[in-house]
Amino acid sequence: MDRQRMESKSDRARRFLETIPLCREMGMRIDELDAGAAVVSLPYDERLIGDPETGVLHGGAVSTLLDTCAGAAVISHPQVPDIAATLDFRIEYMRAASPGQSISARAECYNVTRNIAFVRATASDESGTGPVAAATGIFTLLARRTNSR
Amino acid sequence: MSRRPEVLESEFARRRDEALDMLSSRIPFVRFLGMRFELKGDEITSVLPFREILLGNPDPPALHGGATAAFMEVTALIELSWVFACDRGDAIPAERESTRLPKTIGFTADYLRPGDPKRSYARANVVRSGRRFATVRVEAWQDQRSRLFAQATGHFLMPQ
Repeated sequence: MDRQRMESKSDRARRFLETIPLCREMGMRIDELDAGAAVVSLPYDERLIGDPETGVLHGGAVSTLLDTCAGAAVISHPQVPDIAATLDFRIEYMRAASPGQSISARAECYNVTRNIAFVRATASDESGTGPVAAATGIFTLLARRTNSR
Repeated sequence: MSRRPEVLESEFARRRDEALDMLSSRIPFVRFLGMRFELKGDEITSVLPFREILLGNPDPPALHGGATAAFMEVTALIELSWVFACDRGDAIPAERESTRLPKTIGFTADYLRPGDPKRSYARANVVRSGRRFATVRVEAWQDQRSRLFAQATGHFLMPQ
């Protein structure tokens, strides 16, 4: 696959991700996107707190970030058609994210078959003390249909 | 003069509902998702009314996998906190300010079909509850209880 086509694929993926309502509402930003690899960040937001006593973000917010980042890695992959839907997503929470810090997720789509894509992802805060969470995901690949159910 | 048992019973039910409200309303992320909780006997059903911000795909519209996972994780946490408080012998669980939430260690979600732009429901079931760890299963559906659109298993660290 030539370089130009790969870039346009990433650009398309980026445009698609920017239209996702939940990601916009949470203020997620795509920092890097390139042929099966993605970096997406989530700024600290008090609305996403899970523990009011410590101000730590809810695990669900971190998993939404990881799911988005993993999905971004999948749809930017050169062998993947238009749409990918999560089939299986496993997340491990290593420690609480530091309150007040943004979280950055990095995902790699490391294998693609005709129907399935496999992804690994990790999320880190700004403290530089190792990941806060890790995830593995399996996505089903779908061609865009007009009446997809 | 003593009050009628019906009045006492409804007062008790109201206080339980309020306690559940208090437990969940402390969590800002629950408000962000727009989740509500309904108590029938000792069964908690979480309700996630559809809103556009929950979409992960605008066309065709489908709930974001992250929103679905978060909905199920919160359901598991609330159920676990409630059961934990009941087992401790509180008549009105979680009425104490000090109730601390368990921490999620691992959470695995299976997506069985797309989440339609509709109201979603979820129920959690504590499979095992030990002194340190607990395992919870969650099922989520929309129109039909028997047609799940997602399910999950989570492992949690209990508050010490």
